[in-house]
Amino acid sequence: MSEPTIGVLALQGDVREHLAALAAAGARPLQVRRPQELEDVAGLVVPGGESTTISKLATAFGLMAPLRERVAGGMPAYGSCAGMIMLADKILDPRSGQETVGGIDMIVRRNAFGRQNESFEAAVEMAGVDGGPVEGVFIRAPWVESTGAATRTLASYEGHPVAVRQGHLLATAFHPELTGDHRVHALFTRMVRAAA
Amino acid sequence: MSTPSTTPASSESSAARPETGTARVKRGMAEQLKGGVIMDVVTPEQAKIAEDSGAVAVMALERVPADIRKDGGVARMSDPDMIEGIIGAVSIPVMAKSRIGHLVEAQVLQALGVDYIDESEVLTPADEVNHSDKFAFTTPFVCGATNLGEALRRIAEGAAMIRSKGEAGTGNVVEAVRHMRQIRSEIGKLTVLDGNELYAAAKELRAPYELVREVAVAGKLPVVLFSAGGVATPADAALMRQLGAEGVFVGSGIFKSGDPAKRAAAIVKATTFYDDPKIIADASRGLGEAMVGINCDTLPETERYASRGW
Repeated sequence: MSEPTIGVLALQGDVREHLAALAAAGARPLQVRRPQELEDVAGLVVPGGESTTISKLATAFGLMAPLRERVAGGMPAYGSCAGMIMLADKILDPRSGQETVGGIDMIVRRNAFGRQNESFEAAVEMAGVDGGPVEGVFIRAPWVESTGAATRTLASYEGHPVAVRQGHLLATAFHPELTGDHRVHALFTRMVRAAA
Repeated sequence: MSTPSTTPASSESSAARPETGTARVKRGMAEQLKGGVIMDVVTPEQAKIAEDSGAVAVMALERVPADIRKDGGVARMSDPDMIEGIIGAVSIPVMAKSRIGHLVEAQVLQALGVDYIDESEVLTPADEVNHSDKFAFTTPFVCGATNLGEALRRIAEGAAMIRSKGEAGTGNVVEAVRHMRQIRSEIGKLTVLDGNELYAAAKELRAPYELVREVAVAGKLPVVLFSAGGVATPADAALMRQLGAEGVFVGSGIFKSGDPAKRAAAIVKATTFYDDPKIIADASRGLGEAMVGINCDTLPETERYASRGW
């Protein structure tokens, strides 16, 4: 099978874990920090990290417009935690000047599950991921407050959507990259192959 | 404490019992900070400036290390009102410092809901033998280290993140460089030892054998490694990253400078593009006065924070 080149937005966050998970899932991972590096990838992961920081750096280094363009043009993208926030059309309580790439018709609530003391692990059943529940690692995690008609909820926790898909875009509130379980990255790699 | 999966999960969602304070959640939190800058702040206004400049977290404290040096006396945990004020002002994680070995200060910080506790040599140590048992807390801890043995002893006590100590409040990066080079070179040496030699290496490092072996195999610490102590410029931050730090703490360097907002944003940019001198050059332009530094070799032994902790 072909190894699609999948970028990881490497401005800030747990980039290394996503690069490793993508390699394990059969993709060729590449760090993306500059607009021209975005041209070399068939799909993009927006990692976990601090969403305000990633947003500011993306704006400062001229990545926001090309990211929006590629996502609107059909490039598959997957975001975990802060990455989920970056792929949301709307943030419920954005900080001043906090912009998102958008693409998924949903409203997300930042730090919805609480502060670090409330961060938790729990098993989560996820549609499209076979072989039992995934280990959900939720760290100051967001949840999806509401979704549009085209957005499909793949997993919920305590009644809140925590994994969603809209066509070529995938997002999880939890961090599969922190576990040894690469099934979510394998799902995304299949999405990138299918879009090629 | 894992939930047995005897009950069939519902088709739409599963709600297994959540587990808080796990090693993965504590260490994973630090993984999210990588590539970022954590800034010392003393007021909610400063915290907002830090957040707007792209900080990944703030360290809430009453006095920055440069002022602790100037004022002297015993430096303690900050006022709870002041910490809560900062927690309320920003949406990014908030860290706060406890004295080394001061269990109760750490308990108070956990009760206040801070996101990370820094058991810090910048405050006056409360215990000259023992550090806090960090496994006893839900809130994760970051600790300072000057060498690999010290880093591994802190991890053995439950630290979920390590930072170089450097010499806080001096605006002089020389000690941070020394500690980062020391830690990295000791890790490098472990990776070429054979299995028999690791036992003696553990004895020399005064660290648990299991952790020593883990480092030897992985070629890195099992937790995130940041740099702290003396970073004052964008180039300082980039230097620490080139030497192997996964992110930086900036203490007095930002709010003791002429234009804090501009300097803070510049250090954030240089930390992300630490290997791109052109971007670092652009970020370094027109920042105004840097903090006035202190030459570490003129510091008397009693005023060296890095020698606190064991």
